[in-house]
Amino acid sequence: MKIIIVGCGKIGKSLIESLVSEGHDVAVIDKDPSVIEDATNTFDVIGLCGIGTDCEVLAEAGAARADIVISVTGSDELNMLSCFIARTLGAKNTVARIRDREYNDKSLGFMAGHLQLSMAINPEMATAHNITNILRFPSAINIDTFDSNKFEIVEMILGEKSPLAGMNMIDLRKRSPGKFLICAVLRKNEIIIPDGRFVLEDGDRIALTAAPNEIGKLLRSFDLITRKTKSVMILGASRIAYYLSSNLLAAGTKVTVIDKDEARCAEFAESLPGVTVIHGDGANQDMLVEEGLGQTDAFVSLTGYDENNILISYFATSQNVPKVISKVNRPEFYPIAGKLGIDTIISPIQTVADEMVRYARALQNSVGSNVEKLYKIMDGKAEALEFNVRPDFKHAGKALKEIKFKHNILIAGILRNRKPIVPSGNDVILPGDKVIVIAANHRLYDLSDIIE
Amino acid sequence: MNRRMIFYTVGYIAIAEAALLLLPALVALIYLEKSGFAFLITAALAFGVGMILRVFAKPKSRLIYAREGFAIVAYAWLLMSAIGAIPFVLGGAIPSYIDAFFETVSGFTTTGASILTDVEALDRCMLFWRSFTHWIGGMGVLVLVTAVVPNIADRSLNILKAEMPGPTVGKLVPRSRDTAKILYCIYFVMTAILTLLLIAGGMPIFDSIVHAFGTAGTGGFGIKADSIASYSPYLQWVITVFMFLFAINFNLYYLLLLRKFRSVFKSDELWFFTALVLFCIGAITLNILPMFDTLSEAIRTSAFQVCSIVSTTGYATADFNLWPGLSKALLLLLMFVGGCAGSTGGGLKAARVVILIKSIGKELKRLLHPRSVRTVKSEGKKLDDETLNGVTSYFAVYIICIMAVFILLSFEPFDLETNFSASVACFNNIGPGLAGVGPASSFAEYSGFSKIVLSFAMLLGRLEVFPLLLGLNPLIWKKQK
Repeated sequence: MKIIIVGCGKIGKSLIESLVSEGHDVAVIDKDPSVIEDATNTFDVIGLCGIGTDCEVLAEAGAARADIVISVTGSDELNMLSCFIARTLGAKNTVARIRDREYNDKSLGFMAGHLQLSMAINPEMATAHNITNILRFPSAINIDTFDSNKFEIVEMILGEKSPLAGMNMIDLRKRSPGKFLICAVLRKNEIIIPDGRFVLEDGDRIALTAAPNEIGKLLRSFDLITRKTKSVMILGASRIAYYLSSNLLAAGTKVTVIDKDEARCAEFAESLPGVTVIHGDGANQDMLVEEGLGQTDAFVSLTGYDENNILISYFATSQNVPKVISKVNRPEFYPIAGKLGIDTIISPIQTVADEMVRYARALQNSVGSNVEKLYKIMDGKAEALEFNVRPDFKHAGKALKEIKFKHNILIAGILRNRKPIVPSGNDVILPGDKVIVIAANHRLYDLSDIIE
Repeated sequence: MNRRMIFYTVGYIAIAEAALLLLPALVALIYLEKSGFAFLITAALAFGVGMILRVFAKPKSRLIYAREGFAIVAYAWLLMSAIGAIPFVLGGAIPSYIDAFFETVSGFTTTGASILTDVEALDRCMLFWRSFTHWIGGMGVLVLVTAVVPNIADRSLNILKAEMPGPTVGKLVPRSRDTAKILYCIYFVMTAILTLLLIAGGMPIFDSIVHAFGTAGTGGFGIKADSIASYSPYLQWVITVFMFLFAINFNLYYLLLLRKFRSVFKSDELWFFTALVLFCIGAITLNILPMFDTLSEAIRTSAFQVCSIVSTTGYATADFNLWPGLSKALLLLLMFVGGCAGSTGGGLKAARVVILIKSIGKELKRLLHPRSVRTVKSEGKKLDDETLNGVTSYFAVYIICIMAVFILLSFEPFDLETNFSASVACFNNIGPGLAGVGPASSFAEYSGFSKIVLSFAMLLGRLEVFPLLLGLNPLIWKKQK
């Protein structure tokens, strides 16, 4: 597909990277020539130097024939305007990043309708939802839901002396048949799609699929669950903190927000009166302890600096806070943060990039690809895809164990009549089902791509 | 330094050349020439070398940066020329390997300088290969491989940048591979049209194809002792026009296909180039008019020589050695200018000349008004300082290299004009120079050492100096600490 990206900042760059690796034709517009130079040198894209609201620049980038125009400059207004112009020039779909709180309430629908936006992305809101999801099951690193909460993929790390270590997949299944499936394992930075003889070890990062109502029970039976999150401490009164706090307050969680800027604290306290707002420097460890870091169930670091987030989270881990989440924008820092024992890292940029890849794939649906939904799991090393089984699927009705699948492919779940089935070798795929496939090192466009 | 990726990609080039070597073998089959076996043997050899490189240097990562791009281009061109020279030796056409290497480099770099004294004695398959190297080298073999092989490397633009001439490399479409494909399509279609026009004008089919290759790549290897002179005026005009067309930036043809006529008309490089060519044709016509019976003959001869030199082709319909001094001086000047950026022509490139002239203007104004702020624009866009500095430093390196070649050639017992024009003609990929290396003579008289120097000069000129100098520099091979 032909995609134009306006604005080549951090989000723009990660969008380029993901969309180019998906095989799309990407044109980039930015007003800074050195940024354009860098982008064209690093990625296989065409670059244009200019302002995204200049209709000549948009026309030269090929807006008239573009499938998607994504505007992710720093300014909401500029994004909206360039999307509107692109749309008027003939672009099929437009996506604008709109992050200001004022635009993201009721007026969003009104504006999106009148500007003919196909989608508005708000990285902060998406990230806040992500964090909320994780806090539901603190032992999980990441949770993705499929088909409106009928299926979930939960990622977690096996701690030391985990009861699961040393067990192989067949034994695990015997223990709780038909309830869950371990669909991917990340061991020493390498992704493995386990077969029946695969044995788990301490320190493995696993992804498992199950129905959401099973997950709580399951985790408890494996001693993987800690207690429910009742209080959360958030560092940085940012936009993400605002959305996250409102989510948490709605769920009845106690929230403390710390920021060193007094004006921001005041503003925050005014907009969310239920939150305890502390004016103080997050790097001050005494202050954190004084405000109850030792007693909190979860600590979320959301300041504007990756380095601060990582280091303060490290301190929180050392204070035995059960769940520590750190916002890190630069992907280069993920392994370092992981080494320091910070298990959950959230990146707004990655969240947006994933969302856009998903959106682009869904659009391609109408032109050949068959993917309903796509999630990158395990730090983007594997993908979970949802397919609709069409009537012409060749292996319909055959038991799974008799179908020869490609290497590194696994059927993680089947949805029949909106009921989840965790598949075993004897299950079958029928036309009309929805199938969730886990794939590593494959690019799938159709369900038939998974068969040898 | 991703060494494996360098060898791996160079391996691809060897395999590509093996495939290309089958074409002259086919020609040999048509004309039943025994020397065709030389091509089969060489093709097998090239394929073997390529496979060895590909198997033993299977890369762990396909990521390449600018330095790998330079090294790939430098080694690919050296290997390509080394392999391409073998058939001439095996087939007996050129017994000395150094001579054959010179001839092949001259072919791939689209120079057209020859060491052959009697071209007409060669087998047809040899003549075909000689001209075919022009066609391959014109657009670039790595561009071809990029177009054919999917995902040859991450950041493959680094290869294209190193191989494609001009101050800046602009992509036509987002993907490098598609850009390479479009360029080759335009190139192929234009060559086909030229071939058909030549056949329509009564030129034999073989001659038409060979001359079309030579014109398209702006090479200049002919198959007759007097180059194009013995063909009809119609054929000479067709070749004149196409030499001019192939010296124009190919991006403009793509813009024409997209019906963006206005941006084509706004190209200052095109205006400058056209004006320069027309002016030189006019001036030379007036200068040589007394030597010809009719005005039309004078115009035709002048236009052909001007287009041939400025496009760096090097075909000839007259021995311009015998012309008056002004005409020779103008032709020598045109040798430096060369074709447009992004064309198959060599030389300094019209775009650089335009930018140089504009920066001189800026500099003069700055001397008068030290506080004046002025930007240099090219093709309607402001040029950043990096490009400007790049152009001026390229100009300096270009002059230094020509001088170095000139001095190395001065060991030969020839006159100044011969040696100087030989270095200029080789470095700018033209072919014939003046005096002893004029259109009526050849480079056969030069010693083996000078031939190697000139071969390097041709490669330096074709690859625009830096890829070869940096790619062969042992410093970039060192492991970074």
